[in-house]
Amino acid sequence: MLEIKNLSFQVENDTPQQKEILNNINLSISAGSFVAITGPNGSGKSTLAKIIMGIEKPTAGQIFFEGKDITNTSIDERAKAGIGFAFQQPVHFKGMRVIDLLSLAAGHKLVVEEACNYLSQVGLCAINYIYRELDNSLSGGELKRIEIAMLVARNVNLYIFDEPEAGIDLWSFQNLIQVFKNLIAKNNGIVIVISHQERILEIADRVIVIEEGQIVQDGSSKEVIPNLMFGLDSCHFYGRRVSF
Amino acid sequence: MKTELKQILQQVSGIDGVPSGAYSFRINGISELHNNSENTEIVKKLDRAGIDVVVKANTKGELIHIPTLIDESGLDDLVYNDFFIGENSEVHIIAGCGIHNDGLHATQHSGIHTFYVGKNAKVKYEEKHYGQGTGTGNKIISPQTVIHLAEGSTLEIDSAQIDGVDYTKRLTKATIGDNASLITKEVILTTKSQTAYTDFHIELDGQNSSASIVSRSVAKGQSKQFFYSVINGNNKCQGHSACDAIIMDHATVKAVPDVTANHVDAQLIHEAAIGKIAGNQITKLMSLGLSYEEAEQEIVAAFLR
Repeated sequence: MLEIKNLSFQVENDTPQQKEILNNINLSISAGSFVAITGPNGSGKSTLAKIIMGIEKPTAGQIFFEGKDITNTSIDERAKAGIGFAFQQPVHFKGMRVIDLLSLAAGHKLVVEEACNYLSQVGLCAINYIYRELDNSLSGGELKRIEIAMLVARNVNLYIFDEPEAGIDLWSFQNLIQVFKNLIAKNNGIVIVISHQERILEIADRVIVIEEGQIVQDGSSKEVIPNLMFGLDSCHFYGRRVSF
Repeated sequence: MKTELKQILQQVSGIDGVPSGAYSFRINGISELHNNSENTEIVKKLDRAGIDVVVKANTKGELIHIPTLIDESGLDDLVYNDFFIGENSEVHIIAGCGIHNDGLHATQHSGIHTFYVGKNAKVKYEEKHYGQGTGTGNKIISPQTVIHLAEGSTLEIDSAQIDGVDYTKRLTKATIGDNASLITKEVILTTKSQTAYTDFHIELDGQNSSASIVSRSVAKGQSKQFFYSVINGNNKCQGHSACDAIIMDHATVKAVPDVTANHVDAQLIHEAAIGKIAGNQITKLMSLGLSYEEAEQEIVAAFLR
């Protein structure tokens, strides 16, 4: 169970007023659920994900994970408590190979077969990748899939993916959806996916829409998606239907 | 062999004792423990300290160990080792120098190695430098490597200063013939108040000659590192040098590229990047459950691999 209470996040800007990125977010997500968070660019979705992982500190409010207040805990404490996060922008590491990072994610030194298992789930042929360094020689799509594989390798109860579909082609998109389903089944965990991708929203148990730092819709995909598609004008969020 | 010598042998050569094949150990300034193989002859020089390593033409898969081990505090050891690699040979040489210094005096080793690599020969040369010991005397290792690459030959050098060397000044000079290649990768870690100079002078004389000089280093504490790289493209050739350094604490890192094209078909590239560990790298590893310190260690270890 993840509970977020009265959570706000403000940043300093050039004006005398502070800019409010998140404003009084209240959220409760139970185990075994697949939640998609969507909304316009700059609405605060990624900030919320980073606050849950401990990368950003909220200016107000509390976060409870499995009954414990984790608001003031560090990133690694949250990781050990069972929270995992796939970054929107994968990080480059000179000298660090794919198998090294997957091993760190898994918490033990992986044998090739284990690394292969994780990579194949994101549509990568392991033999071509396990000894590659995570540097500029990998494409954005490859780095993104490896980032997802790292989270798959973790044994946690809360998986947060920040726009995992970026750089993922149609074939691996099917795999990606299967990855989410497997993770929920594995530990009766929670999968939170920040996404603009309609097909992810469609398969989610719950879709939360954030606009201007506030939750403006929260319901089943059947309830929320029609509003996204047809309730907003063309200058607004999701005025255009994206099809695959 | 004493325990300390065995320890440093393991560090620089990855072996625990006398290996098979051709070898020559230099221990506390004296060349001893020689062995020749069918295709490699190791001969003590008569006019000065050092050895000649002579590999017959067409030798394949030869492994040669030439470690230098010192545990005598205050020793200043200068040695000249020459390598004559026959045409079409394929040779792997594991060198390296380890100093154990429990004393008050500076201990120094300067190895001047000259390579004559024959036509179409391929040589891999590994050289690790390592220092340990409880004494206050400095551990100083200053190698010079002089390289002559004949037509079609390749020399690949992996050098690493892994820990505990207080001062190093390394110079690598190469002249590269037609269709010949030099590939060097050096890794340097300096800590505390250590200083490391590394200096390359490469003459790409041959048609279609090439050189790749890659340096990765980490400077911690108050240590200082200086990287100089001169590549002269004197023919149709390709030259690439890259200095990539992580700076930490109060260290200093200087990188000075110098590429000169003396021929219209010379293609020369230099890259230099110095910076601290990126914050997002730490954040990523912490999100996998590592503490800040563990994340830093992993990043540094991987960078210096």
